[in-house]
Amino acid sequence: MKLVGRPLPKVDAATKVTGRALYADDIVLPRTLHCKILRSPHPHARILSIDTSGARRIPGVVAVITGTDLPIKFGILPVTQDERALEHEKVRYVGDPIAAVAALEEEIAAAACDAIAVEYEVLEPVMTIDAALQKPKDEPIQDYGGPNNVHKFVALEFGDVDAGFGRAEVIREDVFFFQGNTHLPMEQHSAIATYVDGKVTLWSSTQVVHYVHRALSKVLELPMHRIRVIGAAHGGGFGGKTDPFAHEIIVCKLAMMTGRPVKCTLTREEVFYAHRGRHPVLMWVRTGVTHDGRITAMHFRSALDGGAYGSYGVASTFYTGALQPVTYDIPAYRFEGCRVFTNKPPCGPKRGHGTPQPRFALELHLEKIAHDIGLDPVELKQRNFVKPNTLTVNWLRVTSCGLDECTERVIKASRFHDRKTRVGRGMGFAISSYLSGAGTAIYWNDMPHSEVQIKVDRGGVTAYCGAMDIGQGSDSVLATIIAEELGLQPADIRLVTADTDTTPIDLGSYSSRVTFMAGNAALEAARKMRAMLVEAVQASGRAIDDVTFEQASVLAEARFGTLTSAGSYTPPKIAGPYKGSGVGPSPAYSYSACVVDLDADPRTGLIHVNKVWIAHDVGRAINPLLVEGQVEGSVYMGLGEALMEEQTFRKGLHKWPSMLEYKSPTFLDIPEIETFIVETIDPEGPYGAKEAGQGPLLPVPPALCSAVFDALGVWIDEIPVTPEKVLEALRRKDKGEPARYGPPLFPAIPYPPVIKVDPPNGEARAATAAI
Amino acid sequence: MRAVERLVLTLDVNGESRQMLLPSHKTLLEVLREDMQLTGTKHGCELGECGTCTVLIDGKPALSCLLLPVQLEGRAITTIEGMAAGSDLHPLQVAFAELGAAQCGYCTPGILLSARSLLEENPRPTRQEIREALAGNLCRCTGYTKILEAVELAAGRSQ
Repeated sequence: MKLVGRPLPKVDAATKVTGRALYADDIVLPRTLHCKILRSPHPHARILSIDTSGARRIPGVVAVITGTDLPIKFGILPVTQDERALEHEKVRYVGDPIAAVAALEEEIAAAACDAIAVEYEVLEPVMTIDAALQKPKDEPIQDYGGPNNVHKFVALEFGDVDAGFGRAEVIREDVFFFQGNTHLPMEQHSAIATYVDGKVTLWSSTQVVHYVHRALSKVLELPMHRIRVIGAAHGGGFGGKTDPFAHEIIVCKLAMMTGRPVKCTLTREEVFYAHRGRHPVLMWVRTGVTHDGRITAMHFRSALDGGAYGSYGVASTFYTGALQPVTYDIPAYRFEGCRVFTNKPPCGPKRGHGTPQPRFALELHLEKIAHDIGLDPVELKQRNFVKPNTLTVNWLRVTSCGLDECTERVIKASRFHDRKTRVGRGMGFAISSYLSGAGTAIYWNDMPHSEVQIKVDRGGVTAYCGAMDIGQGSDSVLATIIAEELGLQPADIRLVTADTDTTPIDLGSYSSRVTFMAGNAALEAARKMRAMLVEAVQASGRAIDDVTFEQASVLAEARFGTLTSAGSYTPPKIAGPYKGSGVGPSPAYSYSACVVDLDADPRTGLIHVNKVWIAHDVGRAINPLLVEGQVEGSVYMGLGEALMEEQTFRKGLHKWPSMLEYKSPTFLDIPEIETFIVETIDPEGPYGAKEAGQGPLLPVPPALCSAVFDALGVWIDEIPVTPEKVLEALRRKDKGEPARYGPPLFPAIPYPPVIKVDPPNGEARAATAAI
Repeated sequence: MRAVERLVLTLDVNGESRQMLLPSHKTLLEVLREDMQLTGTKHGCELGECGTCTVLIDGKPALSCLLLPVQLEGRAITTIEGMAAGSDLHPLQVAFAELGAAQCGYCTPGILLSARSLLEENPRPTRQEIREALAGNLCRCTGYTKILEAVELAAGRSQ
């Protein structure tokens, strides 16, 4: 291969470094109106009346809308259509949208929002998991779910868990808490819409043009062919731009009403309210092992603080229990999950979607078990690693698996087993796994998840695909694959992407799906095009090496007419035979291993990370430079979550909706990161590729906490690991109490009876082993 | 709404002098983006917290969201559009492109300008000096590593 595997610059690199990339807020159209949104100041309240007359009287105000103008509910998941673009009956968090103004200037729109009078009946807010499990003082936040403010229960058992615990020689229980945090993309969400000739066009900073398209069609009551959604250059997502958002719907409605372009760019404070970030999750885990460290059974419970709306929450809940058996061979597994509604901005998918929290708990829990039985934690984990080409107890199909090699690489490079033990210096180890794309679509359908068309015209190649480059480099992956197959350079491929009018479907940049799915679609389309070119050259009596690409394309166009080819990718139908099996399956899983080296000061509780070693099984690195960038960015984000990032609330209000107070790592906080790319050449990935953008975040928080234990002998079972928590754990240790900071217990949650699922039988396992 | 006070100001941006009639309260960020169509300057907070809107004033990095044009007559304002010489990219831009130092690219203009100011003052900075010079610019994609390597690459090439 000439291109695959080479560290080439991104195809859009020059556009990005010159400031020429047009992000949504950079787009200016003639006669554009500016939109501002009035948001709730109360975390929980009934709306008694909304009077917009004051706003309408302000010169320069062109339109004012409220919830009665957009009454149809939407939501990313078909089962939780619980959001309105503007609420006119009830608000559920500080920041919930109520009314919107389009005006000649942004300042006029803001003044008009201030002039809207809203009368509220304030209700008691519900701000914690514990409170959500109790009977509400006034009323539940949503009118579905329950009991009380429970949104969703999951209760599944695979194999005989009680028998597994019966076989165990050592059983341990632990409780962990992973604090919520937010994506904090550098670009504030922005959208601009036009309405021309009865058609709506929206440019937006979104990861998922297709899902925005669907939501607009529903709420605006327009057929999809009268709506066009275009992904503008994207200033960072990390999962935070994967829902359809109120402001996207609002600018379309205002454009339809005014006949003029309407733009809305959220303020940074509003970005914190749009959120859909990491769920705060409380977890309890009980595991039985033999004396030699073999897992006999595991019981995992999670409680997710979901915020006020559904968002991706049902999927997030399943994800807190799905991937544990994808890294460790667990012969019997029970999972009970629960998501509750609280009066906070809705949580959703952030890098790793629902899996960093249980990974944090699982890795530290297994490490504690290793200490209990006097076994090296790395050794205990290795003894339980899943093997390639197996089916897990919960029916997830593991194909390629580089866990062993990833572990060996970081353990060796960090000299983990030769580390000097002294107070204040420590090393920690953890592993993880993530999806290469969700195996099922968000709404049920049998169509492909990604499609690519290629047009060749007198030597020029254009590729069309709905995939959205959010900075991860999906455009570069598409161009590289097509150029590889056609014998060209990536820069020779013109790309048209993320435009619902001109590109075939791709479900979007989430669940680390684009390289695997759009990559396979591109590969198929390119190979079909290549076959036509080769056939035409051979028919002309010439050898393929004797003609230029342009000559070949002329011969082929003369022979076949217009030169187009198409490829598509549909994931294999591998979900297990039980309700809820749609969350977790992926055509392939990536694997990571990580070692963190740090200094932890016992006097101040301050932690200084010295170095991170990370190995990532990416299947095949189509572009190792971009893979490294994804891995380094994941480590960075994992360190931020482990050490400082938290989205927390006081009396219903976000404590710090600003970039100054919401702490995130700077250039001064990030240590040297040594990245090892491990290639396992997945049997179904394009050239063997899997995913790179999410998995490497997951092992970082537990590896960091493991290193803190190594340095100070205290367990911090809750992130972020702040100096206060470290000092409190040290105080407890000095007093002879358990040397630990973390949640004392897991609440009594009225989970329903578990649904018992038979694990895959020998026949199903053998079929997977044959892959 | 009160009547807006407007000022006639002459601003030197990227070596081009332009006389403009501007509302006195508009920030440099807003004037660059909205009145001069220089949308290469981005914004992440508009409160002076993230460094995204960094421009150079007389060669020194400054946050355009906290500056008023009335302060800036007679000063040399440089934005990302003024970094390349025509179609020839600045060595820092070349290095950022080569090493994948721009992922989503949104923080990139501000970081490039901060880095350019650093290299003009200190052509051979240590890694720690680069970290300190860029500490006011947040990036959420890269983990900063490729950016540090790109600044070092550009510095090394100009020796």
